[in-house]
Amino acid sequence: MKTERRVVSVVTLNEHGVLSRISGLFAGRGYNIESLTVAPVPGSEFSHVSIETQGNQRVLEQIVKQLHKLIPVLKVIEHEAENTIEKEMAMVKFPINESLSDIDALCRAYNGKIANVGADFIVGMVTDEPRRVANFLKAVEKYRPTEVVKSGVVAMERE
Amino acid sequence: MQLTGSQMVIEALKAEGVKVAFGYPGGAVLNIYDEIYKQNDFRHILTRHEQAALHAADGYARATGEVGVALVTSGPGFTNAVTGIATAYTDSIPMVVISGQVATPLIGTDGFQEIDAVGISRPCTKHNFLVKSVEELPLVLKKAFYLARSGRPGPVHVDIPKDITAETGPFAYPDEITMQTYKPHTRGNPRQIQKAIAAIKSARQPVLYVGGGAVLSQAAELVRTLVDLTGIPTVETLMARGVLSATSEHLLGMVGMHGTYAANMAMSEADLMIALGARFDDRVTGRLSEFAKHAEIIHVDIDPSSIGKIVEVDYPIVGDLSQVLKELIAGLSDGFEPERLSSWRQRLSNYSTIHPLTYEDSAASIKPQWVVEEVGRCFSAEAVITTDVGQHQMWAAQFYPFDGIHKWVTSGGLGTMGFGFPAAMGAKCARPDLPVINFTGDGSILMNIQELMTAVANDVPVINIILNNNYLGMVRQWQTFFYDNRLSEVNLEKQPDFVKLAEAFGGFGRRVTEKRDLLPAIEDALKSGKVALIDVVVERMEHVLPMVPTGGSLFNMILEHKE
Ligand SMILES: Cc1ncc(C[n+]2csc(CCOP(=O)(O)OP(=O)(O)O)c2C)c(N)n1
Repeated sequence: MKTERRVVSVVTLNEHGVLSRISGLFAGRGYNIESLTVAPVPGSEFSHVSIETQGNQRVLEQIVKQLHKLIPVLKVIEHEAENTIEKEMAMVKFPINESLSDIDALCRAYNGKIANVGADFIVGMVTDEPRRVANFLKAVEKYRPTEVVKSGVVAMERE
Repeated sequence: MQLTGSQMVIEALKAEGVKVAFGYPGGAVLNIYDEIYKQNDFRHILTRHEQAALHAADGYARATGEVGVALVTSGPGFTNAVTGIATAYTDSIPMVVISGQVATPLIGTDGFQEIDAVGISRPCTKHNFLVKSVEELPLVLKKAFYLARSGRPGPVHVDIPKDITAETGPFAYPDEITMQTYKPHTRGNPRQIQKAIAAIKSARQPVLYVGGGAVLSQAAELVRTLVDLTGIPTVETLMARGVLSATSEHLLGMVGMHGTYAANMAMSEADLMIALGARFDDRVTGRLSEFAKHAEIIHVDIDPSSIGKIVEVDYPIVGDLSQVLKELIAGLSDGFEPERLSSWRQRLSNYSTIHPLTYEDSAASIKPQWVVEEVGRCFSAEAVITTDVGQHQMWAAQFYPFDGIHKWVTSGGLGTMGFGFPAAMGAKCARPDLPVINFTGDGSILMNIQELMTAVANDVPVINIILNNNYLGMVRQWQTFFYDNRLSEVNLEKQPDFVKLAEAFGGFGRRVTEKRDLLPAIEDALKSGKVALIDVVVERMEHVLPMVPTGGSLFNMILEHKE
């Protein structure tokens, strides 16, 4: 069976230990977490967890079922790539002697901008689809970035 | 009503109808034990080790179908309990485990006897709670019992900081609760059930593969009805022994690594496998690529994650087995032709004749299988049988004449040595009316031997029958078969005097070296009214057969072993 990438959203009660239940499930059963993003759902007692994972069909099915089985979990959404908007964010730090206008143009090309210019460093940021963010990170390599920070993926169904 | 946290624990146990709890006190649960001292509503049994308290609560649950309750202190009390929790978890046994924790302000400071108990129990419980305030305690306890017994049952752990056991708060204990994020399925999908019925009607070589879910769902009568109605050949897993009567003409015996030839061949040659509350454990399937190659599979299970986990399933039915069986039976009452199966049944019965479950009895020495059969002739289904783990466990599973559920208590999923004796005590507390026999080994019995004291002090007269081969027999068997008989660290020739040992604790001890002395020893043990160790000296080099080697195919069994 071939390995696929999948983003799974979990809506769970926002209570003590729930994140370790989720991460423990992945660790204990040998499943992959590529990235994980959590935040409370505003105005509710729930949190939204986005997990980017990989596995063959059977593993992905088990991941969804095992997540469902966790008592505080309300809902598990297995995102189909076609119907989903996925976004991810990256911040990159460059030495001040790199070309500000080049970096600015690159950031804009990937839905971003210069977030800060300090005495010694420029920080650029982008928010885009995961594949495009990866391209951005490749493109900025020649400006000798000193630090890269990436968020996990968040996903939402189009309809 | 205003109560302290400790009083809430007592009131909750009362409200849940708990009749006996097993436990061991310590600093963090002093307040709870003070309330236990003051009450008269349930019995508390002080074991001599926390692991035994857990196994006893587990044995109680298995012998009744009710929730077992255990109580331990923080730190080492809790870590001692973990093996018992994990044992119950792998066999889906309903249990509530209450542990003390250091006081809330001390949590996270590495306080005396502090351990991250919920962190440890998370992967081996159905759910767990660290109680944050006295106000939430009643609801947490209610949820714990509800979760333990509903859906796919399992142990639930409640960790209560000591300060909360002393604080006062409002107590209202709901009769029923619903949980927004937990809704176990009970009714199977009607369309899938109809499809399954059609598949059963058109199958030529169907087999019923019955697992522990049939016990947990209390579905034995319904399984029997289905089997009588259809005549479909049936195999039982280790956990399902007794669902059918050993005398049933439709029962092919136990399936899997030490299953019968006929049962394993039925699984291998079937064109339709109907799995009822069974989870395709590797000890049942053998090599997966060769497993049930010709069969479509119907899988009924209350846990969706069990379905499709190991094998691909053609007819998945998520639901409570009893509910689903009623619908299957209704659908099959009409239009099912048992005669269709006659040549299949004939073939399987030939398999049973060619390779029956058997052993070579001996006049000179005592064969362990004979001991099990003899005890079976003596008690038949009028006893609760528990086991430890090893060869003796498999012989008990193979040769005891089971009939009915809640009378067979064995650690299947985890295979925990040391389980049998404390579990027998728990079962005896549940069923004082029945003799409780623990088949054990000379290795296993020493893993909770201190419980002789519990049994004497609390008057819990269970009978331990040690099938004494002076070996860690099951490991020795694997070394003989697969490691060229290099017997590494399995020799138990150095032994205690089990008779004196029993007597030192105030129990009954007897050594049996001749066949004719076995039944008198059991009779004397029963008459003594005491906990008993009957040390039966059995043939040392006996093997559990047939055997499917790990990774081998079910249809490739070792049927005999020649020296
Ligand atoms: C706690 C624990 N430790 C180790 C094992 C591995 N193990 C399985 S069977 C067995 C031997 C059991 O020996 P004994 O109790 O004498 O029973 P016999 O096989 O001789 O009947 C061992 C060591 C286990 N199942 N449980």
